[in-house]
Amino acid sequence: MEKYILLRHRDVPEIDQLDVYKANDGLVAFEKVVKSMQPADVTLEVKNSGLRGRGGAGFPTGIKWGFLPNNSWPHYVVANADESEPGTFKDREIMESNPFQFLEGLMIASYAVQANQAYVYLRGEFWQLAAFLDEKIKDLEVAGYLGEKILGTDYSLKINTHLGAGAYICGEETALLESLEGKLGQPRLRPPFPAAVGLYGKPTLINNVETLTNLPLIIQKGADWYRSFGTEQSPGVKIFSLSGCVNKPGNYELPLGVTYQELIFEHGGGIVNDNKIKAVMSAGASSDVVVADDFCLQTPLAYETCLDRIKAPLGSASIIVLDETVDMAWLVSKTVNFFKHESCGKCTPCREGTFWMDSLTKHMMANESRSEDIDLLRSVALQVQGKCLCALGEFSTMAVVTAVDRFRADFETHVRS
Amino acid sequence: MNKLYNKYEKEILGILARYPAEGKRSAVMPLLFLAQRETGYVPTEALSNIAEITGISETDVASIMGFYTLFHAEPAGRYRIQICTDLPCALRGSESYLEQICEKLGVKEGETTADGLFTVEAVKCLAACHRAPMFQLQGDGEIKYYEDQNVEITMQIVEEIRHKVAAEQEA
Ligand SMILES: Cc1cc2nc3c(=O)[nH]c(=O)nc-3n(C[C@H](O)[C@H](O)[C@H](O)COP(=O)(O)O)c2cc1C
Ligand code: SF4
Ligand code: FES
Repeated sequence: MEKYILLRHRDVPEIDQLDVYKANDGLVAFEKVVKSMQPADVTLEVKNSGLRGRGGAGFPTGIKWGFLPNNSWPHYVVANADESEPGTFKDREIMESNPFQFLEGLMIASYAVQANQAYVYLRGEFWQLAAFLDEKIKDLEVAGYLGEKILGTDYSLKINTHLGAGAYICGEETALLESLEGKLGQPRLRPPFPAAVGLYGKPTLINNVETLTNLPLIIQKGADWYRSFGTEQSPGVKIFSLSGCVNKPGNYELPLGVTYQELIFEHGGGIVNDNKIKAVMSAGASSDVVVADDFCLQTPLAYETCLDRIKAPLGSASIIVLDETVDMAWLVSKTVNFFKHESCGKCTPCREGTFWMDSLTKHMMANESRSEDIDLLRSVALQVQGKCLCALGEFSTMAVVTAVDRFRADFETHVRS
Repeated sequence: MNKLYNKYEKEILGILARYPAEGKRSAVMPLLFLAQRETGYVPTEALSNIAEITGISETDVASIMGFYTLFHAEPAGRYRIQICTDLPCALRGSESYLEQICEKLGVKEGETTADGLFTVEAVKCLAACHRAPMFQLQGDGEIKYYEDQNVEITMQIVEEIRHKVAAEQEA
């Protein structure tokens, strides 16, 4: 019995070889869509599956596909393989070990929106991985699954990889498009949205690697099958990247709705050195810091439950576990330093705000601050909120405000009254 | 057309073929990677070469080079040991690992070893948080990951590279 839907390489050795992939139902779904399905029917099946985007926002995938207008051509599809959120390392495992399923997903999405050109935008650090994917793409071309008139149909598709060069902001979809066009990776003003005006000004679909990797089995086994996993509002499985103070950090593919308790203590092997758990972050460095009390640990990890119960979005499901030894002032100094480094500088509140938060927390860590500085730090964060062009500005404030509010004592040990 | 183009003509044509005619400018980042392949940084003259190939201004090429952290305007060690000290890795000891590596190599973070071979840098998350401490090695036009590290393993890798380079120089 196979256990995995996405991380299938853990069930099937050498699934990164085309013949092995094909011997295990690989490309059956793609062949089915190009030969026998209308693009709109592919989109409908994905809509029915309830699949939601795995890049962070959780937007329903099929609905997004429907936004591409049919009176403006060509269409482009871009796979977002920028994976740069601290604590996130799932797309990398998919592409390294189960590359064909990801590529097949990208091919299905491309067919559904009738794009003839797709790009995989990888963060520049994935240099080796891009070369590896290039080989896999070649294999698919040679076998007739990519190129002109695929499998004797009228459909043609080309896939190319494109490397970024070290900028977290390029994971934001409009910054990604700018970067792919050979410009600075700075977000665009919206509207228009990429579905209408995207790459080279054309309608463009952008999906995360994990989102796309779900597609082959959804098409092959159907929306109802997919909905047998997960919750009503968050169907299917999700890869949780678990990191920080746990005994067994790693990727865990589980149905959406698994609780924090089960993920951390059953799968992740509990807390290092048998320490007490102190807090969790669910969306990497962009998260609220949530007190890991019983109520939090019993929270099912699904898009709706995380919001309803603990007011902290599931995001990319990059769970960073923090134990009792972690000083939250130090933690905040790490997260704001990240965002200061990664702010693209386009808008003032984000650029200046991250600079000041970084400077304040640096002084705190050097024990050079006064107690007023704790409130000053919090108020700088609040002044950034709601004033930025893209979500990065907002992300930079989440840990700051929640850590100060919930773990103030940690900050007070660093200041003079 | 120009020096960079003549040197890598076939590869450059391959890069340009990935993008539609109106998207020639998309080649600017692949070309910057190409330009720094041999020396580890982008020589000034390459900027005008890239500008000419992609049809944008030299100033634009320079600002793109400056925006992205994997492009380097200045020479450094032949290899950059880029250690992730971001939050998840730091929770697993990467900050003290960085300190110890610096000590062993006799440099401070950001500095280059006396033999000119290694520059040690602290970098942000590299999507390998579950295998901390880790670093990526940027050099010779490549970027490679080294995961589940400790000081001993890393120093062995450093020694192997030193041997490789010494053997190269003898040959
Ligand atoms: C600052 C920032 C960084 C982001 N980084 C990524 C990323 O690395 N990978 C990703 O897939 N989505 C990232 N996103 C989300 C994308 O903008 C976009 O919503 C996503 O790729 C859409 O794909 P999906 O619908 O399949 O989730 C980021 C968003 C923001 C605001
Ligand atoms: S919020 Fe920050 S990262 Fe986003 S556009 Fe503004 S300056 Fe750039
Ligand atoms: S924090 Fe170091 S690789 Fe992610």
